Amino acid sequence: MKRDVLRERFGRNWYRFRRNPISLIGTGMVMLVLLLALFAPFVAPHPESAGRGVDLSSSFLPPSSAHWFGTDEVGRDVLSRVIFGYRISLYLAVVVLVISVPLGVFLGLLAGYLGGWVETLIMRITDVFLSIPALAMALAICAAFTPSIDKAMLAVSCVWWTWYCRLVYGIALSVKNEEFVQASYLLGASRLRILVRDILPNCISPVIVKMSLDMGIVMLFGAGLSFLGLGVQPPKPGLGTMISYGSQYLPEKWWLTVFPSFALFFLILGFNLFGDGLRDALEDS
Amino acid sequence: MGVVLFLARRLGYSVVVLLGLSILIFTISRVLPGNPARLALGPYATQDQVASLEHQMGLDKPLPVQYWVYVTGLFRGDFGMSFQTRRNVADDIRHYLPATIELVALSIVWIALFGIPLGSLSAKHKDKWLDNGVRLFSFVGVAIAPFVIALLLQFIGAYLIPIFPATGRLGMMVSAPPRITGLLLIDSLISGDMRAFGDALWHLVLPSFALALGGLGQIARISRASTTDVLEKNYVEAARGFGIPDRRIMSKYALKPSLIPTVTVLGLTFASSIGNAFLIEQVFSWPGLAKYGVRAILRKDFNSVMGVVLVIGVVFFVANFIVDLIIGYLDPRIRLRKEQQGNN
Repeated sequence: MKRDVLRERFGRNWYRFRRNPISLIGTGMVMLVLLLALFAPFVAPHPESAGRGVDLSSSFLPPSSAHWFGTDEVGRDVLSRVIFGYRISLYLAVVVLVISVPLGVFLGLLAGYLGGWVETLIMRITDVFLSIPALAMALAICAAFTPSIDKAMLAVSCVWWTWYCRLVYGIALSVKNEEFVQASYLLGASRLRILVRDILPNCISPVIVKMSLDMGIVMLFGAGLSFLGLGVQPPKPGLGTMISYGSQYLPEKWWLTVFPSFALFFLILGFNLFGDGLRDALEDS
Repeated sequence: MGVVLFLARRLGYSVVVLLGLSILIFTISRVLPGNPARLALGPYATQDQVASLEHQMGLDKPLPVQYWVYVTGLFRGDFGMSFQTRRNVADDIRHYLPATIELVALSIVWIALFGIPLGSLSAKHKDKWLDNGVRLFSFVGVAIAPFVIALLLQFIGAYLIPIFPATGRLGMMVSAPPRITGLLLIDSLISGDMRAFGDALWHLVLPSFALALGGLGQIARISRASTTDVLEKNYVEAARGFGIPDRRIMSKYALKPSLIPTVTVLGLTFASSIGNAFLIEQVFSWPGLAKYGVRAILRKDFNSVMGVVLVIGVVFFVANFIVDLIIGYLDPRIRLRKEQQGNN
């Protein structure tokens, strides 16, 4: 019975999503990026360029049929580095969300449902984190470590959970006095059961929508940290790092900046369009 | 009286949040990185030297005591010494902050000046080419990394068509106006130095637009949505029924309520603009707080990092406060409700 309802709802949402051409374009872009990132070692024309693959004889080659996006100062293929850069960006976004979403959802549920001093404590901490711009906060956390992608991910996660906490807190607060929750309580359900079976399901759809919209933002954030030299470190091909290094050679060696920038734009745009479509399909169902 | 009470409560709440922020960054800077004295002296200092500096910096005292010393110092304007400039961090911040404020404030001016009218126009010409153009622009603006926008504008405006300077706040040939506020635009106006004013404005164009472009489309979209909402309200319909001309409805009855969501989002945009200023300043070698902060982070200069973050927190709080005031002005319901609460 319940499964049928779920299937029907999924079918309706999928229908709404499918009808919007822009969401489909976004999905296509996301799929392309995912495939490229997943099969990077096989797709990239020069996989050795992802690391230290130095070949000084072919440094600074402009785009050609052998190197579509040209080569950099030590002769690495820019196209291959971009493809591996996608891998790093996606990895960053997924890890950040995997850490911050469960944390934020858990704390938000607790704060919203339990109330009292738990609520005050958790929400005041969230307020502190939200009291300054996320990028500045992430930078401050970065300061405590030697720069690397792992530390950047940690820093972004430290900031990011607060948004989910706010979101879930709001939902829990509005749902907890609904009749079905009270009915559940009267039937003798434990607090844990009410949280997991009655309140959590109401949060899932908004959280998924926010996650899909956040993918692009987190990747942009990571690229920004890398651009400042606090994220992905040089031999690794982070998109932000590549743009930062390439911009030293502007405008003569334009391909070092233009292609990674465009690749980053394509990546973010794809995820944004996809997320927007998902929001439109799920929001009022 | 209610308004005063409301503002006082808002202020008290913010003090609590800022205090929390100071605890947070104090913890980050003291607990995580190891030994600041060792970092300051470098790897070749002897154990005795480290120990004496530790004592001098008060690092041998228990953490709560250190925090107390730190916070009371903040109120006296003592942010600690910066390891890289060997000055009080407060002096450094006083030196670098105005450049950032000027940059961010001007970009917010652009966003409001272009975004809000664009939004009203799109609402008026719904689903026509202008509306679709703005929609596309907002999608693209959000998806391009701010530093890419900055590089692009720098390339176009300073290299391809070299009319704007690529970096810095003032040209080599222009002497800075006497320092009063540190904001070049205002200082040069006060001292009547129009040449410096023009040059400073000229240098601001590219960075401030680079900072503005991402938020501009978003503001236009929000303003479009809220204007559309308001225009569908019954009272607008009634006004139309009375034969009041469209333009008057727009300017007299629809504009103010439709600005409320826009101003709220403008406050959020301000926050992300301060964050993005870190990226923009890097590209344009803008001698602002963000550039100072990034250098401090890379060199592990913790007092500076803490000072920068705290000041950003305060600036952000002041901006939110202004947003609240504007919304209170735009929406009498908020003002009056607070007054009622205040009287109870």
